[in-house]
Amino acid sequence: MSEHNQSLEAIQDIRRMMKRSSRFISLSGLSGIAAGFWALLGSFFAYNWIYEYYQGYKVSGYTGSSFQLLKYNLLALAIIVLIAALVSAYYFTWLKAKRNNMPLWDHTSKNLLINMLIPLIAGGLLILAMFRYDEWRFVAPISLIFYGLSLVNGSKYTLDDIRYLGFLQILLGLINTQFIGYGLYFWAFGFGVLHIIYGFIMWWKYERGNRQKSFA
Amino acid sequence: MAIKNPIAGLNKIFDNRVRLGVMSILVVNDEISFNDLKQMLEVTDGNLATHLLTLEDEKFIKVHKGFIGRKTNTTYSVTKTGEKAFGDHISALEKMINGIK
Repeated sequence: MSEHNQSLEAIQDIRRMMKRSSRFISLSGLSGIAAGFWALLGSFFAYNWIYEYYQGYKVSGYTGSSFQLLKYNLLALAIIVLIAALVSAYYFTWLKAKRNNMPLWDHTSKNLLINMLIPLIAGGLLILAMFRYDEWRFVAPISLIFYGLSLVNGSKYTLDDIRYLGFLQILLGLINTQFIGYGLYFWAFGFGVLHIIYGFIMWWKYERGNRQKSFA
Repeated sequence: MAIKNPIAGLNKIFDNRVRLGVMSILVVNDEISFNDLKQMLEVTDGNLATHLLTLEDEKFIKVHKGFIGRKTNTTYSVTKTGEKAFGDHISALEKMINGIK
């Protein structure tokens, strides 16, 4: 019987080590919820600014300066949302890693980061290139699609569930290409609502139990 | 044919937890540095070095010595022999568990 237990223990050890050494498992669901929250807040502001701009457009017609202002405001907003999302994602993941006594920066997080950055940087550069030709209609679909690709690519180095979130973002981006002009809604749904739903599922699945255990 | 002894596949080398851990990590990663191994297995330098030497002597793992700037960076990877021995060991463990159940 003790031999039986020993082999069982050895196999459990092996499995734990394989997973722990090849995947970054400290990614927190709360990071997703926080990122989704910032995205929705950002979309809300963007919606209001664009709405105000069109109100002004109807009254006083096209003025280059107010359009320029809107463009810069939206760009600044996008950068702020991105930074807020990254900082909160980092914070919650750092908390989870600390709770599990795992390093935040090791070869698994490095692998995850590199593999997520490849599609993200490619997509980001593509969007910048399109701006150069005054082509802004595909910004929302392209950011959704490339973010989805980045999640699919990164899923090999972290929790598998991220893969399905990636598929959904790609699908959403592709649908968006047929509804140009509704980009903000698609963007808010993909980066906001889907992140919150997924973050919650991940938290429910992986973290809720741990927390109860640590209280017990 | 005689009934196979399930324990026959068990490898004495993998009796040790650290050596088993090293092999588990190396089969799913291309290359792992000494420090990453140390961190994941939570062992001391000396302890890990001894076990790595044993595995190296068995030709289960390969050592690559490199540099990052001026600091030495030693990395390890699994050999074909090591992969096979490790696979056999796991199969034997599984057989044992299933046999006794």
